[in-house]
Formats: sequence, structure tokens, C-alpha cells
Amino acid sequence: MSARARAVALKTVVWAVCLAPLVWSVWRFVRGEASVDPVEEWLHRSGKTAVLILVASLAVTPLRRWFAWNVLQKSRRLLGLFAFFYAVAHVGVYLYFEQGLAWSFIWEDVVERPFILSGTLAFALLVPLAVTSTKGWIRRLGRNWVRLHRLVYVAAAAALLHYTWGQKADIRDPLLVAAVLAALMAARVWWSVQKRSRGGSRVRPGSAAG
Amino acid sequence: MLFKKKRPWDTIPSSEITPESLYVDRRQFMGASMAFAAGAVVRPDSVGEAARRLGLHQDPEVGPVTYGENLREDLNTWEQVTTYNNFYEFGTRKQDPALYSGDFQPEPWTVEVTGAVKNAGTYSVEDLAPADRIEDRIYRLRCVEAWSMVIPWRGVALRDVISRLEPTADAKYVAFETAVRPSEMPGVRRPILDWPYREGLRIDEAANELTFLATGLYGRDDLPNQNGAPLRLVVPWKYGFKSIKSIVRISFVEEQPYTTWKASAPNEYGFYANVNPNVDHPRWSQARERLLPFGRRETDMFNGYTEMVEHMYRGMDLNRWY
Repeated sequence: MSARARAVALKTVVWAVCLAPLVWSVWRFVRGEASVDPVEEWLHRSGKTAVLILVASLAVTPLRRWFAWNVLQKSRRLLGLFAFFYAVAHVGVYLYFEQGLAWSFIWEDVVERPFILSGTLAFALLVPLAVTSTKGWIRRLGRNWVRLHRLVYVAAAAALLHYTWGQKADIRDPLLVAAVLAALMAARVWWSVQKRSRGGSRVRPGSAAG
Repeated sequence: MLFKKKRPWDTIPSSEITPESLYVDRRQFMGASMAFAAGAVVRPDSVGEAARRLGLHQDPEVGPVTYGENLREDLNTWEQVTTYNNFYEFGTRKQDPALYSGDFQPEPWTVEVTGAVKNAGTYSVEDLAPADRIEDRIYRLRCVEAWSMVIPWRGVALRDVISRLEPTADAKYVAFETAVRPSEMPGVRRPILDWPYREGLRIDEAANELTFLATGLYGRDDLPNQNGAPLRLVVPWKYGFKSIKSIVRISFVEEQPYTTWKASAPNEYGFYANVNPNVDHPRWSQARERLLPFGRRETDMFNGYTEMVEHMYRGMDLNRWY
């Protein structure tokens, strides 16, 4: 398979996998099989999906390096944008269905509750990353693009905190995701230390902030 | 509160927000979905309104009730009440209790009554809830997670049960305990909570006219497993987690008993757990509640039962004793 064909195949798989939770939600609702509390179901599914895809996007660079599978890199932006898409859906369900667009309540929620604040922070950090994900912005920002996109680590940590605080008692799922995220971060730190000990510092735009 | 509260749903009576019935067939749901999409461009309230107008049948009739007639038009459906449950012994997701409680055996059943009580001993469900004492009541159940349902229970007043058991003067509190059966309750195989689930009430709360021991639901003589078969507490002015299910032990004690959620997260769940819109959960507001499937209402002090219960908390700082 040519490099181009492999990239197309990879992206097709990413699109199919990432759209599945949305299709599933719509399908269940249309068939009348949604939960008695559809708002809770949508909130949880969109939020969880956003976190999982975000962590998947952070796994791209380590996996590419471990398995020397360079085509994977082609899926990174798509994964990042899908994570943002579900984050938008999550925030939209919260604002519209959970709060009924009652802005005073929403403001109170954000400023008074660390649980909501952490989620708001994660979302706010993802916005500039999504906006600057285009080729034009990558070119314009140059080395600063890499620096800016390191915010994704903060966003992921805030999202994980939000996910954990959102559970009533059973935090096995968020802890599992947090463990994966920690492993991915550990791999990055390890490589960075190794690189420094070799004395070389060859940062290529678009590769450091994986 | 930084801004004036604007609540767009204020104009819609709660009876119109809560769907009267649950069963929605597919075609109607398609219609509802489209109305729902249309509602999305109009305003949030019209979603619940559209869902209500489209495709909702009436549930089977619930006969005369001794309490809560005013809530009849807000009743949630049988399907809602039996498929959306918090009963961690069968799993932590709302649908888990309905899915995974099939192996649970609520018969035969005995309840051990112990402690500061004259008639301590082992009782059957019929002993505690004799047929001639059974009544139907409609209560709103407000979950600490900020949703509520209106449910028609069948059972007996707990004060009636207590007076027959004859607690002694040392009985300051009543403690309740749920069954733990790993082979029948998949949830208890993991230490999500400190099993067995335990709850408790002050003796005056237990003897309040509202406190109810339910043995049935929706005009039926038995409870579905997921709703706490064969015997559960219903304390309508307190958050739902106080209404302990599948009770195997009732103890009359002198000290405030161990209660599961308070032990699990003492900064979030207190012993009293009275419904109170002015005292928020650390992670979310308790000022409003969601009506399932779509709808919203402001939460009432003591879940609307102020008249019958406020005298028990006079002089207490409810911010402290949450």
C-alpha cells in the first residue's frame, strides 16, 4: 500500500470510530431506547468520548515512535478536532439541556464549583488549539505553534480532573484513563531527558507537542 | 448570586413539564425527535413541552391514595420508575439495577429487629406490613443528584410499625441495613461502597407521619427487585439515598448510626440529608432539579413537605447539619 493509501485508510478508520458514539446516541434516541434521563446519558457519553479521543490523540506520537509507524501522525489533528467536537457537544448539552441557558446559574456553577471550573478550563484551553489547527496557522505561528499546543497537556489534565470529580463514588474508569495519560506523559519525559543527555535539541515544528 | 435569576420555565406549570406517561412508540418518538430538533431553535422549554404533547400514553390507573393526590398528574411512568434506579448493589449505572437484579430472591425474607426495643426478633414482611395496614401514597422522590420523580408507593407508615415494636426510652435513632448477597448482587463484589449499605433516622424522623415502609409500587403488592424488594424505606423530605432498599435489619440505638454515603464522602453527604435548595452539594447546585426525561423545576425546601417536618429541625443550622 502506498503511503497515501495508508493515510486515507487510517483517516477512514478514525472517522468511523470517532463518529460511532454520536451515531449510537442518535440511533438510541430515535428508536426510543435512550435512557429515562437522556440529558445525563448525553452528558456522560459526550464528555467521556471527548476525554478518550483527547488521550488517543496524545498517544499518537509515542505509538509512532515505539512502532516506527509514521503514518499514525496523519491522524493526530483529526483526533484532536474530534475531541474538540465532542467537547463542544458536551458543553452544548450542559448549557442547553442541563441549565436551560440560565446564564446566572451557569456563571454561579462555574465560579463556585471546582468540578465545573475544571471542565470549563479544559474546554477553554481546547478552543485556541482547535482554531490554530489549520496549515495556515501552523505556518504563521512557526515555533510558537509548538509552544501553544503544549496547552493540550494542561487541557487533558483538567479534563481528567473534571471526569473524576463527576463520578459519585465509582472512579475506576477515570483512574484507568488517568493511568494511560500518565504513562504517555512519562514516555515523553523519558525521551526528552534522553535527548538532552545526548546534547542535541532538534525540535521540529509539529512534532514536539504530540 | 451575582445576577438576577431568570428562569424561562417559570411560566410553565410543573404539571405540564413532566410527561404523564412514558411509553412512546417508535413513530411517535420520530415525531418527538423532530419536534425536539425544532424546539432546539426555539427555546429549551419547548423540548419538554413537545415531548409531552407527542406520543405519551396514560399509565395504568393508580387507585385512591391516602397521601399525595395533588401530585397524581405529575406521576412518572412505571417504566421510568423501574428502569432508572440508584441501587449500587446491582451496579453503578442507572440501568444496571433493572438489568442485573434478576437473580435476586426477595422471598422468603426476614427482617431482624434489634436493640432498644421491647419486641425484638425476626419478622416476615407480612408481620411488619400486615395487609390491613397497607395504603397507597404518592411522593416526590428528590435524588441528591438533582433529579426527581413522582412515584406511587404501596406500604405502611413506619410510625405504625415502630409503635408495634415498642422501642424503649434509649432508642434515639433507628438504623437500617440492606442485604448483601454477592451471588445475587453483582455490585457488592466490588468495594464501591462499604457494604452493607446502611442508613438511619432520628427516632422522631422515623416516627414522622410521612415516613413510609414500601412493599409495593404503582398499585401492585410487590416491589420490583430494582426498587428495593421486598421492603424499603421512603423518606420523601430527604434525598433519595436515605430511602434504603431491601432492608434486612432494623436496630433501635442510642447513638447516631453509621450511614454509608456520609462515611463515603462526609463533606458531600450528611446524616440528615434533608432536601434543601439553599445548601448546595460541593460539586453541584441543589437549587433546581431535572424532571425526567425533559423538564426542570425549582427544588422546594424539604422537597415540598415543610409543613409536616420543619418542627423537627427548629433551631438547627441546616448549613451545618446537611
